[in-house]
Amino acid sequence: MAKKIENVGCPFCGVCCDDLVVTVSDDGKKILEVENACIIGSTVFHRAMEDRHALPRLRQPDGTFKEISYDEAIDYTAKVLHNAKKPLIYGFGSTNCEGMAAAAKVAEKAGAVLDNCASICHGSSFLAIFDNGYPSCTLGETKNRADVIVYWGANPSHAHPRHMSRYSIFPRGFFTGKGHKGRKIIVIDPRHTDTAQVADIHLQVQQGHDYDLFDAFRTVLRGHDIPDVVAGVKKEQIVEAVDIMKKARFGTIFYGMGLCHSDGRNHNVDIAISLTRDLNDFTKWTIMAMRGHYNITGPGAVWSWQYGFPYCLDLTKRDIAHMNPGETSSVDLAMRDEVDAFINIGTDAAAHFPIEPVKHLRKHPWIAIDPHPNMATEISDLHIPVGIVGVEVPGIVYRMDNVPIQYRKVIDPPEGVISDEELFERIHLRLCELEAEDAVNVPAKAAPEGVRAGE
Amino acid sequence: MGELIVKNGFVFDPLQGIKGDRMDVGVRDGKIVETNTLKNPKEIDAAGMTVMAGGVDIHAHVVGPKVNVGRLFRPEDKLFKSPLKRCNRMEMGFSVPSTFKTGYDYARMGYVFVNEAAMPPLHSPHVHEEIRDTPIIDNAAMPVFGNNWFTLDYLKNNEIENNAAYTAWLLRATRGFAIKVVNPGGTEAWGWGLNCENIHDTVPYFDITPAKIITGLIETNEFLGLPHSMHLHTNNLGNPGNYTDTLDSLRLAEGYTAKNNFGRDQVMHVTHVQFCSYGGDSWKNIDSQAKTIMDYVNAHDNITIDMGQVTLDETTTMTADGPFEHHLRGLNNLKWANTDVELETAAGVVPYIYSPNVKVSTIQWAVGLELALYSNDLMRTFITTDHPNAGPFTRYPRVIKWLMSRAARDATMKTFKWLDRTIESTTIDSIDRELTLYEIAQMTRAGPAKALGISNTYGGLAPGMDGDIAVYALNPENMPSDPDRIEEAFSRCAYLVKDGVVTARGGEVVTEPAKRTIWVDVKVPENAQVQRDIYEHFLRHYSVGVKNYQLFDEHLHNPRVIEVDTTQ
Repeated sequence: MAKKIENVGCPFCGVCCDDLVVTVSDDGKKILEVENACIIGSTVFHRAMEDRHALPRLRQPDGTFKEISYDEAIDYTAKVLHNAKKPLIYGFGSTNCEGMAAAAKVAEKAGAVLDNCASICHGSSFLAIFDNGYPSCTLGETKNRADVIVYWGANPSHAHPRHMSRYSIFPRGFFTGKGHKGRKIIVIDPRHTDTAQVADIHLQVQQGHDYDLFDAFRTVLRGHDIPDVVAGVKKEQIVEAVDIMKKARFGTIFYGMGLCHSDGRNHNVDIAISLTRDLNDFTKWTIMAMRGHYNITGPGAVWSWQYGFPYCLDLTKRDIAHMNPGETSSVDLAMRDEVDAFINIGTDAAAHFPIEPVKHLRKHPWIAIDPHPNMATEISDLHIPVGIVGVEVPGIVYRMDNVPIQYRKVIDPPEGVISDEELFERIHLRLCELEAEDAVNVPAKAAPEGVRAGE
Repeated sequence: MGELIVKNGFVFDPLQGIKGDRMDVGVRDGKIVETNTLKNPKEIDAAGMTVMAGGVDIHAHVVGPKVNVGRLFRPEDKLFKSPLKRCNRMEMGFSVPSTFKTGYDYARMGYVFVNEAAMPPLHSPHVHEEIRDTPIIDNAAMPVFGNNWFTLDYLKNNEIENNAAYTAWLLRATRGFAIKVVNPGGTEAWGWGLNCENIHDTVPYFDITPAKIITGLIETNEFLGLPHSMHLHTNNLGNPGNYTDTLDSLRLAEGYTAKNNFGRDQVMHVTHVQFCSYGGDSWKNIDSQAKTIMDYVNAHDNITIDMGQVTLDETTTMTADGPFEHHLRGLNNLKWANTDVELETAAGVVPYIYSPNVKVSTIQWAVGLELALYSNDLMRTFITTDHPNAGPFTRYPRVIKWLMSRAARDATMKTFKWLDRTIESTTIDSIDRELTLYEIAQMTRAGPAKALGISNTYGGLAPGMDGDIAVYALNPENMPSDPDRIEEAFSRCAYLVKDGVVTARGGEVVTEPAKRTIWVDVKVPENAQVQRDIYEHFLRHYSVGVKNYQLFDEHLHNPRVIEVDTTQ
C-alpha cells in the first residue's frame, strides 16, 4: 500500500507550487509518483535518492575522499571557521529559513561574511529597491485582478514552468473569470522565446537597451513624443503597449535576469520601478522580480530581520554588520583573494562563479554542504551531505512574492543524514566550545563599549 | 526558579490602585506572590526608586512582512545608527530595528509584552518566524480583517454568526490575537488603485460601507467575547480635516457594550489617534482637533485610544493602509514599497522625516501630546508612537518626558522653525498639565493590559500575575528638576524582572529568559457554510492551499493560549 502525501511544496523554482501530490512507498523511503509538478520539479523528487552519500567526505593528501563521521566534519568546519580571518559562507538558494537563521548564528559567532545567490542573481534588484522602493503584490492578486501582464527579460516557459498557468496568464481568478481570454500579454525580450509565443505583443528590444525602452515608455505615458525607433522598437508599437498598460485595471510587470544582468543592471530595475510608480498615477500596477530558486527569497527575508541587510553581509567586524556590494559581495571578495575559508551551502559556487574567484577560493579550505555531489563538492576539502529541504526536511521557504510557504517532508533522508539547521546548530555549539577553550588559554579581550544610537 | 523580592520601592500599580506606596513585591516561580510567603528570596533594593509592572505595548509594528520590507529597503537606517554589539546578537537599525534589537531595547525600557499591530494572515508563518527571533518580550499579533473578502461578504449580508465562525478559524489558522481593522474597505479599494475616503464611501464590487464593516466587526468581536476589542485604524487617516471622519467612526461604537470574561470595558480601540485628529482642509491650514476628539472620547467609556506620538525623528512609515502610503509617496517623493495581499489586505512602506523645521511635523507633535493631556481617563489613553510610523518605540521615554514636564515641552518647542504657526494651529502652549508617575503607569501598563484583556497576567503586580517587574531610578518624592533625567530613567530601567528572572540591570540586558507567543483560541460551533466558503475561496482564489495556509504547530514558538469558548 503506497501512501499519498498532498499539498507538497516543490523544491525547484521561485514559483513554489504547493499543490504537489507525492506517492511514496510504504516504508517512507522511496518516491513512486509525483503529480501536478512540472518536469523539472518532478525530476527533483524522482532523482532525490540518486548519488547520495550518507557520511561526510574529507579530502585526503592523495586527493581521494575518505568518509568521516558528522562529529568529525562538524569539528573540522568549526576549526576552519575559528581559525580563519575572513571566512565566507555563501549559497542558501536551496535550503529552508530555519537553516539560514542557524547559519547566520554561526557566521556571527565566527565573524564571517554571509552571502546568498542573489549576489550573482537578483542582487542588482536589491540595489534598485534600496534606491527606489518596490510596489508589488502577492501572486494571488495578479491571478485575481490582473488584465495586463508584462514579462520583461524573463522567460518563465523555461525557467518558471508553472508561473504562467498558476498566477499570471492562464488562471481564472475572482475578477478574471475569462482567464487567458480576458488578459493582454506583453513580452519584452530580444529573443523570440517560448514565452513570447503566447504574447499579444512581443517587443523585440535591442539587446542591452532596456533602459532606453523603459525611458520611452515613461515618456509616452506622460504624454510626450519619442523618436520613431527606440531600442530597436517602433514608436507605434511602444505607444500601443503603453496605451494598453495605461488602460489596464490591474497590471503586473514580471522581470527577470534580462534586466538585472544586461547592461544597466540595477538601473534597468530602477527605471522599471519608476515606470510602475508612474503607472499608479493612472491605474493599479505592480512589479515583481522572477526569483530563481525556491527559497532564494528566504535569506533576503531572514537576514533582513536579523541584521537589516538582505545579502553581502560582512559580520567580520563582530560587533556590527556591514553591507556594501562590490566590497562585501562573494565574487568580488574572492577576486581580490580576501577570503581565507569558504563554506558553500545549498548552491554550486564552483559551477556558477567565474573561474578566477573559484581558483582563489580553492587555495583555502573549501567546505561544501549539499545533499548531492556537484562541482563544488567534488573540488571541496570536505563535503557534508544534508537532507533535501522539501523532500526530506520540512521548513519555511519564501516564494518570489515574499509569501512564506510551509514545506513538508515526504520521505526520510538516507540514514544518519542531518538537516542544514541541525548541522549549523552543531557547528555553532562546537564554535562556542572552541571559544571557551581559547578563553582559558588567552586572556579575554575587553568587551567593546556599547554606544547607543543617537548619543 | 526560586524567589525574589523587590524591596522598599515606590510601587505604582493602577490595577490595584496602588499610588506610589513604599512596599515590597515578591515573586516565586515566575509569579507574583504575597511577600509574607517568601522563605529565602534574593533581594533587589529598590529604595528611592519607582516600581511598576512590566510595560505593555498595545500597538507597534515589530514583526512581519512590512516591517521587514522597511528593514530590507533602508540600508541607510543602519548606517551610523546601529549600536555596537553588547548582547548575544548584533543589534542593527534605528527606526526599524532588527528583531534582536527590538527585544533588547524593549527589555531595557522595562517592557515585557508587545502586540504586533498588523499581521497579514497569508504571511503568518513569517510573523511567527520573526517572533521566534525577537528575544525576551512576549508577543501577540493581530490579523487584519477590515478588507478581508470573507468578512466583507458576511458583513454585507449581516451574517455575524458566520463572520464570527470565520474569525475564529482565522485566529486559529494564523495563531492570531485580535481583530485588527485598517482603513476598512479602503485597502480593498486600493486593489484597484482607489480608496474609501469616509465611512460611507462604498467598497468597489463588495458594495459595503466602511461603517458597516466597523459595526459588523464590533458585533463579531462581542459575539465571540474576545479578550481584546476591535482595533481600528480609521478611514482617511493622515489627511487635513479628517477629524470629522474620525468622529463619525467613533460614533459607530455608540450603543455597544463589551461582553467578555477578560475585564475589558471598551468595544473599540482606536489606534494612533494623532494621525486622525486634524482640522483644516489643506496642508497649509491644518490645525489640531485633538480637543474635539478627546471631548468625545472622554464622554464615552466604551472607547480606548493610543496616541501615535510624533517624535521628530527620521523614521519609516508602514501600514496596511495601502492608499495612504501611496499618497505619502506623492508628498515626500521618497522610495515607496507596496504589497497587496490577495483577498486580505495590502501594505505600504515609505521613509519619512518628521523635522522640527517643518510646520506640519511640529503640529503633529502637538496633536499627539494634546490627546494625552486632554484625557480624563488615562486608563483609556495609551502611549504609543505607532512604531515606527510616528517614531521608533525607543522614544517612549521621551514621550513620557514631554507628558510629565511642561519645561521639556517648552524646550522642544524652542527648536521649532514655525513655532508661532504651531502655537496658532494647536492649543499645546496653553496646557500646563504634567502627568504623574501613576498616570504613566496607567498609560504604559495597566491601561493597555486591561484593554487587551490580559490584565489577569500582565500590567499589574497582584499575586498570581506574571512576575514581570520594572524598576526605574526615579524617586517620586524627589523628582529630578532636569526632565532629561526622566527620559534617561525610562530608557534604561534599573531592573527588569521577567517571569521572576532578572533580565536587565542598569539598563543593560543580562540574560534572555524564554519569550512567548500569545494567541487566542476560540471554540465555535461547527459551521458548514463557512467551511464551504473557505474551501471554495482557497480552491479558486488563493495562491496557497488551505492546508499550507494554516500555521503548522512546529512554526509556533512557546505558545501561551487564551481560550474562549462560545459553545457553552
